[in-house]
Amino acid sequence: MTSLYHNVISGGILIGVIYALIALGLTIIFGVMRLVNFAHGEMVVIGMYAGYALWSATGLPPWTLAPVAALLLFAMGYLLQKAIINAFIDRPQHAQFILFIALALIITGLHLLFFGPDPRPIQIAESMQSYAIGSIRLDVVRTQAALMAIGLIGLLMLFLKYSTLGASIRAAADNLIGAQVIGIRVRRVYAVTAGIGMACAGAAGALIAPLFDAQPFLATDFTLIAFIIVIVGGLGSLMGALVGGVMIGVAEALAALTVSPALKTVFSYALLVLVLLLRPNGIFGEPERS
Amino acid sequence: MTQRKPITRRRVLAAGAGALTATLLPGIGRAQGAPAKIGVILYLTGIQSFMGQQTRKGNEFGAKIVKEAGGPPLEFLYGDAESKPENGRVVAERLIRDGCTLLIGTNDSGSTISVAQAAEASKIPFLINIASAPQITEQGFTQIFRNFPPGTALVANAVARIKELGATTGVQPKTAVILHVNDTFGQGIIKGVDVLWERLQVPIKILDRISYDVRARDLSVEVAKAKASGADLLMPITRVSDAILMIREMVKQNWSPMGIISPGSPGPYEKAFTDALGKYADGYMSCVPWYNPTKKRSREIADRFEYETGDRFDLNAAFAFEAVEIAADAIKRANSAQPAAIHAALKATDISDHIIYGGPIRFDEKGQNPNIGGVMLQNQNGKPVVVGPQDAAEAKAVFPLVPFDKR
Repeated sequence: MTSLYHNVISGGILIGVIYALIALGLTIIFGVMRLVNFAHGEMVVIGMYAGYALWSATGLPPWTLAPVAALLLFAMGYLLQKAIINAFIDRPQHAQFILFIALALIITGLHLLFFGPDPRPIQIAESMQSYAIGSIRLDVVRTQAALMAIGLIGLLMLFLKYSTLGASIRAAADNLIGAQVIGIRVRRVYAVTAGIGMACAGAAGALIAPLFDAQPFLATDFTLIAFIIVIVGGLGSLMGALVGGVMIGVAEALAALTVSPALKTVFSYALLVLVLLLRPNGIFGEPERS
Repeated sequence: MTQRKPITRRRVLAAGAGALTATLLPGIGRAQGAPAKIGVILYLTGIQSFMGQQTRKGNEFGAKIVKEAGGPPLEFLYGDAESKPENGRVVAERLIRDGCTLLIGTNDSGSTISVAQAAEASKIPFLINIASAPQITEQGFTQIFRNFPPGTALVANAVARIKELGATTGVQPKTAVILHVNDTFGQGIIKGVDVLWERLQVPIKILDRISYDVRARDLSVEVAKAKASGADLLMPITRVSDAILMIREMVKQNWSPMGIISPGSPGPYEKAFTDALGKYADGYMSCVPWYNPTKKRSREIADRFEYETGDRFDLNAAFAFEAVEIAADAIKRANSAQPAAIHAALKATDISDHIIYGGPIRFDEKGQNPNIGGVMLQNQNGKPVVVGPQDAAEAKAVFPLVPFDKR
């Protein structure tokens, strides 16, 4: 019975790390631009289809294709921000919400048009394999995906901490007027941030594609899980997204094991309500600046 | 010069009543010999679109065969309920407004109930091709005709086949664990299992029932829990995508029970399942209604469907095909496209020569065809074959299951 718990918790941690990468994309966009991207799940699904298409074309292991999917989504996010989203930055929140909901509907429609409603499975030998470590069995695909996600999260942290552009992004997030005063080109920073946010979603999508077969209608689930994680971890907090992702992954796994698998998502929402009651800004969140 | 008649209150009311009647009674005013409009409600997109697309192929193939055989002219209008049960009613109402005088559908119990409500309100007959929830024929609907067994019959058939299996192979499993989807269909089958297992005194103890959400994308915990039960048999009640997830997890977690036998659920016999899992799809058994492979016409229809579409003539396609044949038979006998005439003709249906294993197609007072048989399928060499009962079997059952790590 102990090994059952070990297996379930380790599986929860692995999927939680991928959830964290999804949530990181959402939180970084909010942290810098104060925009709530309701089309985030759709970006994950674009990443899934990108992973599927790249795997079909090259036959390379799916986890190695995540950086390529990230680059594609970075370019898409950058251009989208420059072309459309920048125009909505100073508009009322309801206008921004409608923009992102419209983007979500358009993306899902395009997925249906180009790929159809049927799932697109990535069929590789590793999908049936697992690593045995003592009594613990780790799913090979999930482990590879989680390790790549950790690598990408690490790179993003380093970029934000040590690069000049990363410092500009943090400056814009901390104090927008101050950033403008010292000459930071805020619109460019916004475009890069949107690119990074969507790159996170794209990479996570490519990593998750061999686990959850790509389908247009998965987007809502990913958007919801990303929202739960960033609210639990603290909206705008990178560490919050990371910890929140793992917490939600493990909580869902344990709930499925100890209560009922059909109720596991209920536990995510219960955790969300609990955090909102006890710590309204999330575990790592700070009170909103006036 | 003709004198224009004045517009009076009476004239306006009469015109309004005429327009209302024309709206409520579709078909009136249609030219004699015009094709009867049949509305088909399916899940053509969304999470259950696998089945919907396959069902549509069966409907279309049925229409082609009916036309070739000189059947009545039929026009099919397809409505997509988008894998959402609540959409069934809205789509059905739209098809009725578009002039459909017979509805066919769906491939899900939830949306079938929803469509049945619209059919009842408009007095349009509704021919159910696939939906097993027992309550569908227990709610007093007068317009429904179900050519698919209810969950209780599915389970009863399954129990009979499982009992046979023990006798024919000499291997008797003692315990089982059930892994089931928690939608209307899954709940219906579970209720059937609970009732019949005790009543029929099945000598297999059910150790646990593990339910999961219909939208589940990850069954690792569910499979780990089922494995930990130590049961001889796994009895899954799934859809196709979750059946694939389940087997992948079983292989990864290195769990090969004595057998995997589904008491009447979709998934294992579908092409998507065997294509996705290859050798790991073999051995999976399912107790379902199926076409009779030992019958010449059934075999010919199945072979032609597979040749022309490149797809498998599975349960979805076969029942969709048969629904079109039933509809054509009723419309031909009714000699009318009027809903009431089609309804009366459907009530008098009596078709002996048909493709599904079982007795003649007849509908009882609740609109249920009680004569549908059940077979046990097993995936062998990448495709489902009938392994029981003896009079329909085309191969012998492989039992116990060949362990996944020995393949």
